[in-house]
Amino acid sequence: MTQTSVLQRWAPPAIGIVLALGALYLVTLIHAAGETLLAGTVLTVTALAAWVYSSQRLYAYRYLFPGIAAVVIFVVFPMLYTVAIGFTNYSSRNLLTFERATSYFLDETYQAEGRTYGFALLSDGSIYRGRFEDSETGELFLSPELDLEDPTPEPVVTQPARQDPDGLAPVELRELIRLQPRLRALTVTMPDGGLVRMSGLRQFAPVQKLYALNPDGSLSNRQEGSVLRPNFEVGFYQNEAGENVAPGFQVGIGAAHFKRIFTDEAFREPFVRIFIWTVVFAALTVLFATSVGMILAVLLSWEALRFRGVYQTLLFLPYAVPGFISILVFKGLFNNNFGEINLILHGLFGIKPAWFSDPFLAKTMLLIVNTWLGYPYMMVLCMGLLKAIPSDLYEASAVAGAGPLTNFFRITLPLVIKPLAPLMIASFAFNFNNFVLINLLTGGRPDFLDTQIPAGTTDILVSYTYRIAFEDSGQNFGLAAAISTVIFAMVALLSWINLRATRITKDEAR
Amino acid sequence: MAIVLDKSHRWRVLAAHAVLICLIAVIIFPFLMILSISLRPGNFAAGSLIPDQISLEHWKLALGISYEGPDGRMVEPPFPVLRWLWNSVKVATLSGIITLLLSTTAAYAFSRMKFRGKSQALSALLLIQMFPAVLALVAIYAIFDRIGNVFPFFGINSHAALLLAYAGGIGLFTWTIKGYFDTIPGEIEEAAKVDGASPWQAFRLVLLPMAVPILLVVFLLAFIHAIIEYPVASVLLQGQDQLTLAVGSKLFLYEQRYLWGDFAAAAILSGLPITVVFILAQKWMVSGLTAGGIKG
Repeated sequence: MTQTSVLQRWAPPAIGIVLALGALYLVTLIHAAGETLLAGTVLTVTALAAWVYSSQRLYAYRYLFPGIAAVVIFVVFPMLYTVAIGFTNYSSRNLLTFERATSYFLDETYQAEGRTYGFALLSDGSIYRGRFEDSETGELFLSPELDLEDPTPEPVVTQPARQDPDGLAPVELRELIRLQPRLRALTVTMPDGGLVRMSGLRQFAPVQKLYALNPDGSLSNRQEGSVLRPNFEVGFYQNEAGENVAPGFQVGIGAAHFKRIFTDEAFREPFVRIFIWTVVFAALTVLFATSVGMILAVLLSWEALRFRGVYQTLLFLPYAVPGFISILVFKGLFNNNFGEINLILHGLFGIKPAWFSDPFLAKTMLLIVNTWLGYPYMMVLCMGLLKAIPSDLYEASAVAGAGPLTNFFRITLPLVIKPLAPLMIASFAFNFNNFVLINLLTGGRPDFLDTQIPAGTTDILVSYTYRIAFEDSGQNFGLAAAISTVIFAMVALLSWINLRATRITKDEAR
Repeated sequence: MAIVLDKSHRWRVLAAHAVLICLIAVIIFPFLMILSISLRPGNFAAGSLIPDQISLEHWKLALGISYEGPDGRMVEPPFPVLRWLWNSVKVATLSGIITLLLSTTAAYAFSRMKFRGKSQALSALLLIQMFPAVLALVAIYAIFDRIGNVFPFFGINSHAALLLAYAGGIGLFTWTIKGYFDTIPGEIEEAAKVDGASPWQAFRLVLLPMAVPILLVVFLLAFIHAIIEYPVASVLLQGQDQLTLAVGSKLFLYEQRYLWGDFAAAAILSGLPITVVFILAQKWMVSGLTAGGIKG
């Protein structure tokens, strides 16, 4: 065998083995950090990859694996995870996992009785040592070299000393302040066995862990003697009086969120209002955008008209400009006080409509802007469909003496509407979830005044969900995920209808 | 067509022109207005479409240059617009490359190979695409929050997290590229295989060079998609220096701090190149797809 062929034969497996070992090391690291689920995911992906790339039988999957893995991990899994979160109380109050909440309690300390030490950080510019001076007796203790880069340092043991070590001088105050967070993480053992931690910039004092973990899972408070017990129904540790002690942790709460959405009167009422507006918004958008787009397409397909290319380019422009820019441009133009649209309206008619504070006007504005954004797409689609209509149909109708309106309603519309239907449903589904428009233009405002959870008159379901999860106080991720799950079901229904519509069109085309 | 034209025909043509010109005036109005506003001095100046007094202050701020105000104080740029533009371009370029790598290889398998579950996987890719990422925002946030606990590089407020979150959006692109591959006759690759090429060589050295137009189009579409993507970026990015344009731009128009003129200049500065790229991509999309239509 020549040298190159040896390389070609053995390089891929060698690289594969190195990658696999690296991945396994990563899994160990992640697992050690306490993220079991993540470690499991990485392990599964690594194992699958090893299988796919080593088996000759699965050759085709070698090409598929990266793409499919990306789709499954970053699209499918988040969707399933959303559904799962809908059944938990995950929120800003119940943010941590149970393990992390417990270790938060176990990390809490309180200042106990005992000796305190004056502290100075000594350095020669490269190494650091701690100098501890008993505040009563004046005895001196020195630490070994401190590793201040390590975020989770080992306990430090000090030794008695007579005098400061040579060549080391106390650091400047600014340096001390910079290093304070690292110093606070240190636990120092004094020769008498007492544990001290940083209690002031120049002082170390004895501290004790506030809570001790009991065998039955409860936590004893060493300072007060009270006991905290975890309550897995509500996701909190509770004291004897049954009061919740923050921080809470995540627990499954069954279908409570869904029950709230569908049966709690105070919640259902605004939810239904928002749902109705979502449907109205999406339907009217499709209606307006399709009407404008189709009329323009018919006009631009008229051969007697000159400069059609120029018109078409200009009319296509709203689609080419990035949505986030044009929506914000409209937000400024519609501004109640100094927006140009109100300046013009004021100059012409003496009126200044309150586009952002009146619910009806805000909805009107959304529809105007969305029609502006959406008609070019429909126009392009319709122009394509119009080309497919045989021109002899129009010749025949001209012979019969029909006018343009008759042509449009009797020939063009019936022929175009059927292939257009699935595209209109797709457009409806898109606008049903048109989060960007609502969030950037009105943010859902003006708000209803009579709801428990802030909800806006122009909110559609997704923007409402976003507000519950990320904007308004509370950050109720669980409830938001439950609403997302309901929207998933609606989108699935829309997709199914769309599929049926497409199939019907195809069948008729045959 | 030999249709007899009656008298009203000429009037109808004129009326159509008039309607179209009026409509275009309405459509173009926001663009002209924003150009005019970017050249007016101050953030609240009202005035005619052609500004009476041209000032480049907003453009200077958008380009990150401070300028001396009328009262002698230096006005600092309110936001790092060029930095946002760079973030957007960086994320979009990398996302375009990742999308291209993932979707091209998958499309090759879908187009040229036989394996179990092929048609189901193809339909699934299309079906998944109907569920927008905005519905899974809570989970996306939670996932990257947890990843960030172990690897801060991939956590919340990192561009790497954004790239990973975008990597899954390859369904439609895979379909597009597969459609193009299907129009290229497989005999050429078969010939290469007869000459001793492995499937990988046939793919990389024979098929890919023939598919450059569609690869370019898919790259541009993925690029634009990443630039204009707002929901996921708004959840994952938080620090002002990390923001992309889509997330940062809205900071200009808060009720308490309303920087209308500065926004106008920044919007043109960032919107114009993206618009040009989009129109080019649309043109190439049409020509690229017809060029591939060997089978008709």
